[in-house]
Amino acid sequence: MKGILKLAYKLLVNDKAKFTALLVGITFAVFLMLQVTSTFIGMMKRASSTVYNIAAPIWIMDPAVESASNAIGMPDYVLDAARSLPGVSYAVPVYTGNSLVKLDDGTYQAATIVGLDDASLYGRPRLLEGNIEDLYGENAFVVVKDGDYPKLGSPRVGTEFEVNDHRGVIVGVADVASGGLFGTPTLYTTYNRTLQYLPNPRFTISYVLVQPKSASEIPQIKEQVKSLGYLALTKDEFVDRTSSFYMWQTGMGINIMIVAIMSFIVGLSISGQTFYTFVLENIDKFAALKAMGANNRELIMMILSQAGFTALIGYGLGVGLCSFMITMAKMRLPSFASQMSFLNLGLGLFMVVIIAGVSSYFGVRRVLKIEPFQVFRG
Amino acid sequence: MPFTAIRAMEVGKSFGEGDARTVALRNVTLEAYLGEMLYIVGPSGSGKTTLLSVLSGVLRPDAGTVSVEGTDIWSLAPDRLAELRLHKIGFVFQDFHLFPRLTTAENVAVPLILKKQPWDEAISKAREYLEIVGLTKRADLPPVKLSGGEQQRVAIARAIAAQPDILVMDEPTASLDGDTGHGIVTFVKNQVLNEKRCVIVVTHDSRIYDLASRILKMEDGHLASVTNGGVS
Repeated sequence: MKGILKLAYKLLVNDKAKFTALLVGITFAVFLMLQVTSTFIGMMKRASSTVYNIAAPIWIMDPAVESASNAIGMPDYVLDAARSLPGVSYAVPVYTGNSLVKLDDGTYQAATIVGLDDASLYGRPRLLEGNIEDLYGENAFVVVKDGDYPKLGSPRVGTEFEVNDHRGVIVGVADVASGGLFGTPTLYTTYNRTLQYLPNPRFTISYVLVQPKSASEIPQIKEQVKSLGYLALTKDEFVDRTSSFYMWQTGMGINIMIVAIMSFIVGLSISGQTFYTFVLENIDKFAALKAMGANNRELIMMILSQAGFTALIGYGLGVGLCSFMITMAKMRLPSFASQMSFLNLGLGLFMVVIIAGVSSYFGVRRVLKIEPFQVFRG
Repeated sequence: MPFTAIRAMEVGKSFGEGDARTVALRNVTLEAYLGEMLYIVGPSGSGKTTLLSVLSGVLRPDAGTVSVEGTDIWSLAPDRLAELRLHKIGFVFQDFHLFPRLTTAENVAVPLILKKQPWDEAISKAREYLEIVGLTKRADLPPVKLSGGEQQRVAIARAIAAQPDILVMDEPTASLDGDTGHGIVTFVKNQVLNEKRCVIVVTHDSRIYDLASRILKMEDGHLASVTNGGVS
């Protein structure tokens, strides 16, 4: 069988024009599909950046919260109730909100403010510069060095600014797992300072972050929180809820899906037609092989290996091209939200397997139908 | 007593149905022997290519039996029949049907590869057969770079590479000029034909009749006459 496969390989790659056309079709389809899904995945990760960056195992929230960026304030008793639940190791409040920051040059810049629990600073970011204890100092803030960092004038430790006419000073520069979706820079401070600096609604706790005593306590904690009239989600569930909101309630997901399906159809039609033409052009050769003694199984293996080889090479080129484009885009635009994952790589692979399968199906059908005596018809 | 390579008994074949039905073969009975060069001749539409297809196991007859070295080939399962063709029968097609994307040596190696020989070994043997047909220096060229006569010799090398007992040639001189065609068939008679091999040639080229051992003449799907060769 090895020799047959090598024969199939040579027949394929030596027909350079057809092979190139096949590769272009599949590469383009994979590139397009990966590009749109990578952008979607990148945006979804950004949409849940608060959840990824704070990384608490359980998040308690108002049941009406649809995404991580739209917190609904909860009364203080929710925090007290959470702390008293059996199975909870500890629970802390966190504040997330937005404010305008007045910079040195007098301009204003919208920023996301995250207020961490004063006692524990639970969910604090990894600092690149400064000491986290300095966050307890007067007017102290930590700035996140992400793609939106330059919008605050790339502040260093000691840089001053104003938030709602309050003086703020940068005491640290931090690194986080994910930047935000909305193009606003992020500042961390303590929970109580956010209450002093920002306009207060009636209820001020955005989320209660819970550390369970063990993973087995999570279902029980969720049930008890539900009985309080609130919602407890694990980190992954909260990310899924946020992604689901953007996917199904903003139109973003449907549009991405349409583009992904279109790329699949384009790839399928280009590759399918080209491959079928390739088989048709060689049909007399397949008939000759049949007459000489090749059996149907060997001919099917030849066609499947040709389609499979082209699909895998096209897939590799598509992945490479997409990685290159994303890398180039991120060099120019650090906040470019696009990220490949095993999910969309797997989806892309599944797509090319379908393209190869459908393309070879018609070729195989044609080859199986050809009668070897047709080769004598000259 | 020569050994029978192929025996056909009352073979019949027709194409189409109803008014469009055409009878291609009517009760054809014949024997082809090892060591002979058997010609099947006749005008266009007389059924000679159909007969060759039936004898070589690529077209199933409607009636009659065909046995190759004692095996009733049309009672075999498709895969077994393909295997028999691979091991017993070599084909030289009218249009050669060489693979344009492969080198000459790779083309000759195809039946050896089908016989599961390792690639390098098959190529090496193919070069030996190209030497027999005098095309050693053309081994690494694609067939499109060769002349018609050279392509025919490559097709012959490919057909004999698997060392078949029976070689079938469909109109071997049709794509060649008179001298080249005669030279090719002479080459087959002198270099390829031996006492353990039978060569069946379908042709309507009377210029090569002198090379035949026997000549079967087909007319309207039946055998009209059998004559000894050597008659131009």
